[in-house]
Amino acid sequence: MTHYTFTGNLFIDTCLSILITYWPSLLLGVKTVLLIAVSGTVIGMMIGLIIGGLRAIKVEKGTYVYIIKWVYNVLAKCYIEVFRGTPMMVQAVFIYYWLKPTFGWTPIIAGIFVISVNTGAYMAEIVRAGIQSVDVGQTEAARSLGMTSGQTMLNIILPQAIKNAFPAMGNEFIVNLKDSSVLNVISVTELFFQTKSIAGSLYKYEETFFVSAIIYLCLTTITSYILHLIEKRLNNTRTSFPSSSTTEMLVKKASKGVQR
Amino acid sequence: MSDCVINVIDCRKSFGNLEVLKNINFTVDKGDVVCLIGSSGSGKSTLLRCINRLETIDSGQILVNGQDIYDRKIDLNHYRAKVGMVFQSFNLFSNLNVLENCIIAQRKVLKRSHQEAEAIAMTYLKKVGMEQFSHAPSTQISGGQKQRIAIARALCMNPEILLFDEPTSALDPEMVQDVLDVMKALANEGLTMIVVTHEMSFAKEVANKVIFMDKGVIAEEGEPNEMFTNPHNQRTKEFLKRIIR
Repeated sequence: MTHYTFTGNLFIDTCLSILITYWPSLLLGVKTVLLIAVSGTVIGMMIGLIIGGLRAIKVEKGTYVYIIKWVYNVLAKCYIEVFRGTPMMVQAVFIYYWLKPTFGWTPIIAGIFVISVNTGAYMAEIVRAGIQSVDVGQTEAARSLGMTSGQTMLNIILPQAIKNAFPAMGNEFIVNLKDSSVLNVISVTELFFQTKSIAGSLYKYEETFFVSAIIYLCLTTITSYILHLIEKRLNNTRTSFPSSSTTEMLVKKASKGVQR
Repeated sequence: MSDCVINVIDCRKSFGNLEVLKNINFTVDKGDVVCLIGSSGSGKSTLLRCINRLETIDSGQILVNGQDIYDRKIDLNHYRAKVGMVFQSFNLFSNLNVLENCIIAQRKVLKRSHQEAEAIAMTYLKKVGMEQFSHAPSTQISGGQKQRIAIARALCMNPEILLFDEPTSALDPEMVQDVLDVMKALANEGLTMIVVTHEMSFAKEVANKVIFMDKGVIAEEGEPNEMFTNPHNQRTKEFLKRIIR
């Protein structure tokens, strides 16, 4: 590695030199982190919506559907408990080696799988809490109009639940950006894995990991800013009314008043 | 007997150890406007919710058009579509705008086309005087307006019976009259309505039958004039004395 001199401060110069020399492998790490975090969160969200959504549906007692629902509840609870109750690093190693003979998968695919399934368990609880936060009157109104519990869930409850749960879901995404680092144990070439390799070959741990920390921090800061924007938009979609139709109406009323 | 729409026979209902409905019997004829009055906790709302099957009765029967609504064979969603309900807290779908609120059940339950559903929705919104708010978000209008929209939403399903659960109790005094006017118009058109209310003047003016409930039983029922001027039951007398000053 060529050592560049920028500031005269040895620590900072070494960091910058690492960045300049090794940016391609660091970039690969960042790309992998983003790939894993985005796909893991999206797939996890879908798992959570399905599992959490089904969990929140209430079934009348004494029907055969009730028994199916009961079995489902037990299975869902087991899934959530297992994946929230064991470290993701352990899950990654176990699932990767356990299913490798069956699927013959690469570390990255296994990594996305593990993150998705793990996120799914958290998301299921987030979705359930989101659903519970929706006023019970919404369900009653929909049911009183003759909508089925499925239609009520899809059209009325879930849209509101997702909006309520969005901050918690976004939080999961940020957690995944950082937690993708544990996948280095199954040699996924994400940022931590790349950093470790560079640091090992240079024998400069402090500087390399400092660079890495800054990159992680940039990723999470930018993400939380974007999430904040989306959140604001979600809360504003229904407030476009006053600026369009109401003002129009007010203007009309006002002009009528002038004519009189 | 032929135009008896709702027939409630020996209905009982408890929440745990608390018996909220004890042996309720009454009938509603087609075109009747029945007002349920009584102090809070007397079981009025529960009774209404049992008629829409939002609550289940423990024993007894509720016949609507001669059909037992607790029969396992009846299509519950189909039944509910014919019996509209208006809630104290409006319960407009807050993820949808005013027009969408009125359209969604027509589309999903009655399988009407979008154009048809929209046309019907606009007709009823006009009827309750809310057509200019059709694209407003349902969270940004006043209580009285919300309740009128909730009525329009129920009307869009062309219900045979409309149930009102204290429709004006959560409203500012100024707004109450708007909602009552809409309800009066509906009553004049011959819609069968059961109204749980504390608006005695409305009951006096519009109802053709008033039922006074006390501690889970029907203490007295009869013509509004008779009931308000000359109540027979001691509890009715006390209740009316406290409420009408």
